[in-house]
Amino acid sequence: MLEVRGLRTQFGTGAGAVRAVNGVDLAINPGEVLGIVGESGCGKTVLALSILRLIDAPGRIVAGQVLFEGTDVLAMRPRALTALRGRDIAMIFQQPKASLDPLMRIGSQIAEPLRLRGGRSRAEAWREAVELLGAVGIPNPEEKARAYPHEISGGQAQRVMIAIALALRPRLLIADEPTTALDVTVQAQILELLRERCRVLGTALVLVTHDIGVVAQMADRVAVMYAGRVVENGKVADILGQPAHPYTRGLLRSAPVMGAVQARLREIPGGIPDLTRPLSGCAFAPRCEARQQAGAARCDSQAPPSFLPRAGWQARCWLQAGAPQAQPAPEAWA
Amino acid sequence: MSRYILRRLLMALPVVVGILLLTFLIQAVIPTDAVSAMYEGQVTEDEAAEAIAAMRERYGLDQPWYVQFVRYGANVLQGDFGESIRLRRPVSEEIGYRFVNTLTLTGVALLIGIGIGVPMGIISAAKKDTWLDVGAMTVGLLGISMPAFFFGLLLILVFAVWLMWIPVVPRGGAALLLPALTLGLIEAAPLSRIARSAMIEILRRDHIRAARSRGMGEFSVIMRHALPGTLLAVMTVIGLQFGNLLGGAFIIEVIFGWRGIGELGVKAIQWRDFALTQAIILISAGAHISANLLVDILYAWIDPRVDYDQ
Repeated sequence: MLEVRGLRTQFGTGAGAVRAVNGVDLAINPGEVLGIVGESGCGKTVLALSILRLIDAPGRIVAGQVLFEGTDVLAMRPRALTALRGRDIAMIFQQPKASLDPLMRIGSQIAEPLRLRGGRSRAEAWREAVELLGAVGIPNPEEKARAYPHEISGGQAQRVMIAIALALRPRLLIADEPTTALDVTVQAQILELLRERCRVLGTALVLVTHDIGVVAQMADRVAVMYAGRVVENGKVADILGQPAHPYTRGLLRSAPVMGAVQARLREIPGGIPDLTRPLSGCAFAPRCEARQQAGAARCDSQAPPSFLPRAGWQARCWLQAGAPQAQPAPEAWA
Repeated sequence: MSRYILRRLLMALPVVVGILLLTFLIQAVIPTDAVSAMYEGQVTEDEAAEAIAAMRERYGLDQPWYVQFVRYGANVLQGDFGESIRLRRPVSEEIGYRFVNTLTLTGVALLIGIGIGVPMGIISAAKKDTWLDVGAMTVGLLGISMPAFFFGLLLILVFAVWLMWIPVVPRGGAALLLPALTLGLIEAAPLSRIARSAMIEILRRDHIRAARSRGMGEFSVIMRHALPGTLLAVMTVIGLQFGNLLGGAFIIEVIFGWRGIGELGVKAIQWRDFALTQAIILISAGAHISANLLVDILYAWIDPRVDYDQ
């Protein structure tokens, strides 16, 4: 349904440009939940925003394709792009309260896309907005629809954001760190709501998070990002059970994951690389514990291609050099 | 809300008293008064001295300034603004229609300023860093730098003398055109800059990105989600600028011969006619305070987060 190919987004130009997304390939199938995980600064949010072309200057998408049902979003004219946004692909954000217009009633904000894009009358849109508020678990929806964003909590604001995003029943919802800014007690409820609403509407979900525990709980497939690239990508059951990439292993060891057998939690030593410098080898090599084992010289000099340890499983690591290599993205979209 | 308004009005009281006191002090320092200004060089010295003394006594000008101040304050509280020494009639009679004239002029000028400045600022923000933006802001800078009296004369020169579209001294509604345009265009300049910077700041906010992510076109995003916040910023500046507008009206009224309180005020000062001057200062201060109160009330009305009663 959605396929991202060779996507590159950078901030600034020339020598100082930050290559935030540096050649990402991804695919999302109808109705599935894809988790995108990685530590802060790995390019997850920029990737999510790039899919809907919401990158503001000085950021800019410099290469690649984002194919939705075979049409390249990056090549769309403004009119086609606005038609796609909200109706085919919707998005929710990390800061739910800041993402609502402070001067407009919540009900009006939910009714807005229904009225402007869905052709409902004012009264119909309002009635539907109240229904949607109820569907995302807001008590007294009729009364709450008249409230302003500063009068509700962060958790409720994210519920409102979900109601707005799903109002036009999009095929895909991109959720960028939807629970990061919320109370821990509310996080699980919001995730459950997301899962339930997407299942009911048949909406596919891209869940961007730094929390691999959330991925384990929610996602069918997972893409692990590091320094602007997807380093490992496959079924959650495969990858969390037996990670092929040392970075994924490190992530798993650093966070408690429900259901996984874990020893003591440990951090990954070192920090993320400087994204303004072109990478000569594997971006993770300086922090990698398996560097010697994988062949240190090769790790430092040559970026690893995508290997396929198993069907539907990709890992960019020389440790997997024995496995077949993934074909470069096919030209025609199947 | 009514409690808030009452509180604000009470707070305005010391401001008004302070302004009055200040003008009385200036008056006390000035060596001439209305009577000597009136008779200066017109009669022989002995005759003048006699007439002047008689009149000073009649209008209480022989009293020390603080006695005059208290007397004046007591009269004003009873709604009596005194009598103009030069015009020989009650100040309130003269000021009433002139204040309406000034309000008409500043009101129309404000509408012109908002009508031109705000859209200009919004377009500049939406088309930031294009030739449209740079052009609009250059014109705006010109407007900010240009003194009102010079701009007024320029308009007279162009429209009345060169193009001859309207007479140099027009009558009726046409008389309002040039002074209102002068004041309005000058006011449009700062408003456009404020509208531009406020809109640029708002367009960077998260909720604007969220609105875009829902497939709202740029026009809807600006009109529905960025404009209300921009207007809040513009309103604040209008409140602050209202003083400038009144001050500008003083000069503009003299240039265009518009019979408002400004034109009268300039004469009143030349005449040393303090009852008149005092009333004009009072009424200007009152208008300024009311304008700012109005802005604050509008604020609460537009922005649901503002609640004055808490």
